[in-house]
Amino acid sequence: MNNSLITRLGAGLGLIATVGLSGCVAPQQTLYAWNGYQPQVYAHFQGKGPEEQIIALEAGAQKAAAQGAKLPPGYHAHLGLLYLNTGRTNQAVAALHQEKALFPESTKYIDFLLNNMKKNGS
Amino acid sequence: MTGNTQTLRRLSLLGLATATAFLAGCAAPVKVDYTAFRQAKPASILVLPPLNNSPDVNATYSVLSQATFPLAEAGYYVLPVALVAETFHQNGLSNAADMHAVGPAKLKDIFGADAALYIKVTQYGSKYMVLSSAAVVTAEAQLVDLSTGTRLWSGTASASSDEGGNNSGGGLAGLLITAIVKQVLNSMTDASHPVAGVASARLLSAGQRNGILYGPRSPRYGSDPAN
Repeated sequence: MNNSLITRLGAGLGLIATVGLSGCVAPQQTLYAWNGYQPQVYAHFQGKGPEEQIIALEAGAQKAAAQGAKLPPGYHAHLGLLYLNTGRTNQAVAALHQEKALFPESTKYIDFLLNNMKKNGS
Repeated sequence: MTGNTQTLRRLSLLGLATATAFLAGCAAPVKVDYTAFRQAKPASILVLPPLNNSPDVNATYSVLSQATFPLAEAGYYVLPVALVAETFHQNGLSNAADMHAVGPAKLKDIFGADAALYIKVTQYGSKYMVLSSAAVVTAEAQLVDLSTGTRLWSGTASASSDEGGNNSGGGLAGLLITAIVKQVLNSMTDASHPVAGVASARLLSAGQRNGILYGPRSPRYGSDPAN
C-alpha cells in the first residue's frame, strides 16, 4: 500500500521532472545562430591570438550552414578581420564580401574597409 | 472647538489626498517618447566603445563585446564591433571619450550607420557587502540618429550576480536573460563579464517597457505597442 503510493509519487515526480527538462530544451527562438561570436569578439579584445578564434568561428560557420541557420551581423566581418591579421588577404576580402551580401546595411562601411585594404596594398 | 475639529479633519483629508497622489506618482511609470524613433526608422546601429566610469579597465570591451546580441535579436544590423574599434584606433582615437566626441556626420560618412549607440558603464565589478560579495554592472545608453543628431531613445539597466535567475521578466528579453544568467552561475573566473551580458540584454532588448523598438529584421517590426 505504502509502497505503491511511493511508486506512484515517484512516477509522478519523474513525469514532472521530464516535463521540466523538456521545458528547458526550448526550440530555438533567436533570429541568429550565435555560435560563439560574442565570446570570440571578447577574446579578440583581450588580445588573444587570432588562430584559435578563426578555428572556433569557422567551426561555428560550418555548423550554421549544416543547420541552415543564419549567422549574426558582424560574424563574417569579424572573421575577415582575423584573416587580415594573419595575412590571409584573399580570405579576408571574401569574408567581407559575404558580410555585405548577407547584410546590405553594411555596404558603406565594408566598401570603406576594402578601399583601405587596396590603398595599403594588402 | 468644532472649528478646530473640522480643520483637523480637513488637514487629515488633505494629508490623505497628498499621500494618495504621491503613491500614484510612484506607481506611474515614466514613459519614453518614441515619436522621433518611429519617424527615423533606423535599420543599422553603430555601437561605439562604451565610456567607462568604473575602476575596472575591462568594462569597455566587456560590455561592447556583448552589445550585439540584444540589438541584432531586436532586428537591427549591428556594425562589427571589433572592426569599428580597429577603425577608430587606426585614425588615432584610442580611448572611448575621443570616439564619443566624433560628430554624427563624420560617423555616418565612415560607417554608413543610421544610428549610433553611446553607452556609459557606471558600475562594473565586485561589490563587497557584509555577508557576501556580488559582481554588479550598471550601464546607460543613448541612441542617436546619425543623419540629424536627434536623440531617439535612452535607457539604463543594471545586473548583479546575486540576484539568481528569478527576475528575468517575460518575453524575448526574459528568454535572453535567463540564458545568460545560467552562464553567470557557471562562471567562476571572470564574474563581471557574464553579469555585463545580462545588463546589456536588459538595456538593449526590444519588446520591454521603455525599451528599444523592434528593428526591420525582426518579424515583430512595427508591432511595438503605441505606448
